[in-house]
Amino acid sequence: MNISLNLIAFYTIVRKEVLRVIRIWIQTIVPPAITMTLYFVIFGNLIGTRIGVMGGYSYMQFIAPGIIMMSVITNSYGNVVSSFFGAKYGGHIDEMLISPMSNATIILGHIAGGVLRGLMVGGMVTIIALSFTNLELKFPLITFSMVLLSSIVFALAGFINALFAKKFDDIAIIPTFVITPLTYLGGVFYSINLLPEFWQSASKFNPILYMVNAFRYGILGTSDIQINYAYIVVITFVIILFSLSLILLNRGIGIRD
Amino acid sequence: MSALKIKNLTKTYANGFQALKGIDLDVDIGGFYSLLGPNGAGKTTAIGAVCSLVEITSGSIEIFNHDITVNSEAAKKHLGVVPQEVNFNTFDTPLNILVNQAGFYGIRRNIAMQRAKKYLGELKLWEKKDDIARSLSGGMKRRLMIARALMHEPQLLILDEPTAGVDIEIRRSMWQFLNDLNNDGTTIILTTHYLEEAENLCRNVAIIDDGLIIEDTLMSDLLRQLKQETFVLNIEEKSMKDLNLAGYNFIVRDEKTLEVVVDSEHGINELFDLLNSQNIKVVSLRNKSNRLEELFMKLIDAKNFDKKVTS
Repeated sequence: MNISLNLIAFYTIVRKEVLRVIRIWIQTIVPPAITMTLYFVIFGNLIGTRIGVMGGYSYMQFIAPGIIMMSVITNSYGNVVSSFFGAKYGGHIDEMLISPMSNATIILGHIAGGVLRGLMVGGMVTIIALSFTNLELKFPLITFSMVLLSSIVFALAGFINALFAKKFDDIAIIPTFVITPLTYLGGVFYSINLLPEFWQSASKFNPILYMVNAFRYGILGTSDIQINYAYIVVITFVIILFSLSLILLNRGIGIRD
Repeated sequence: MSALKIKNLTKTYANGFQALKGIDLDVDIGGFYSLLGPNGAGKTTAIGAVCSLVEITSGSIEIFNHDITVNSEAAKKHLGVVPQEVNFNTFDTPLNILVNQAGFYGIRRNIAMQRAKKYLGELKLWEKKDDIARSLSGGMKRRLMIARALMHEPQLLILDEPTAGVDIEIRRSMWQFLNDLNNDGTTIILTTHYLEEAENLCRNVAIIDDGLIIEDTLMSDLLRQLKQETFVLNIEEKSMKDLNLAGYNFIVRDEKTLEVVVDSEHGINELFDLLNSQNIKVVSLRNKSNRLEELFMKLIDAKNFDKKVTS
């Protein structure tokens, strides 16, 4: 494999993706900013003041990391699924498929694009959060590595969704029926210690719980789960989803006749 | 070495439809090939297979000696494709489309910018470089796809109906551009429904029908197979009452127009001699229909007849 060729191709995809996010900022940046601001106002300010302390922190502080993580994962997923499916639908996916760049480069380029959008939106939501509450960064390395890995997991999931999608409805099904429920049940708004024992155990099958808690641990230093488990879960997902993406792309699933 | 070598290529789709039934094609370096066939004959599938957009069922494809499944990176570097349907991002600008395409081939941005300027200029699109691509006319979109296919300066260029739906002026300028490109050494394979286009541009012709190549030869040799041609002659006004063209089938359309079927035995010079002897002056003449079109129809009809007889 020609490394120089693939590096330039990778840079080209990433640049294209970032410019796309910026070009349609009204669809990509503004909606999460408004939604997350509403979360902070309603759950943090109005309801949160009545809830009091959770995990040793004010409710606003407790939910802020989860809301930031929620915005990162939904935007990483959304960017890749819409961009790659759009390219499939418009036919310009062929521009990449007929080129000599490797399939791994196609995946990595789109994943990087999704991660960058996730981080852009996550950064903006963090700024919004800071206007509502104080957040200290207890463990920066854990915070950044976990947000990055989680973003990669969801960007890869978005890529796989786009490969299988045949129509625009198909790219909305997984976010609506899988990601949103898992996110809300993943400890963004509550500690799982509040749940009955059965539901605590059931929650541990939800990968988003590990992402949110590890990220919260990086910022606040509090978590419902062990951080090393979170890394094992998230890294396992990265490996499995990347391998699956590569196998599917090599086999031409959803993109070749 | 060939620019493109296809051996016993078959393609059966998941629904069981066999689009290619074992085609062989050998395209010489520097050649200008036309791949003709009726709709649904397998032309686009064959092109898709060469571009690796269609998974082949069996057979092999080599581009400049590189097998597309074994050494796809090297094979793809040599290949440029202009598809039948517009397939660029219509929300992007022509300049971005070209520079990105070059990037996918590992071409540095500064070089890509120079090439984009060159090809957008040559294809008369430079003024539109920053417009949104969806606002371009049909002809401009076609030219943009040609420019895009040339960004990595491929040695083999495949064009799938590049002039479909464009006006004659643009079509002719595209012919000139493709001719120049071929003269500069690029091997070109062209599919088209305008047989006049194939006859004017291409030195070789392959005809594909029902997933099989039924003819693969030099254009001149193929045209020589045509035993009869019908010419339309414009003549100086004269009464045709006593016209005698013994040995020729002819129809007098009006006092100025004559239609004559000329076979290869008699030839057109004999016809002119005969007309001269009767003091009839020919002002101009043209083929009633495109010669390649006549041959094409004969070959396809013969194939369909064989099929009926066999079944």
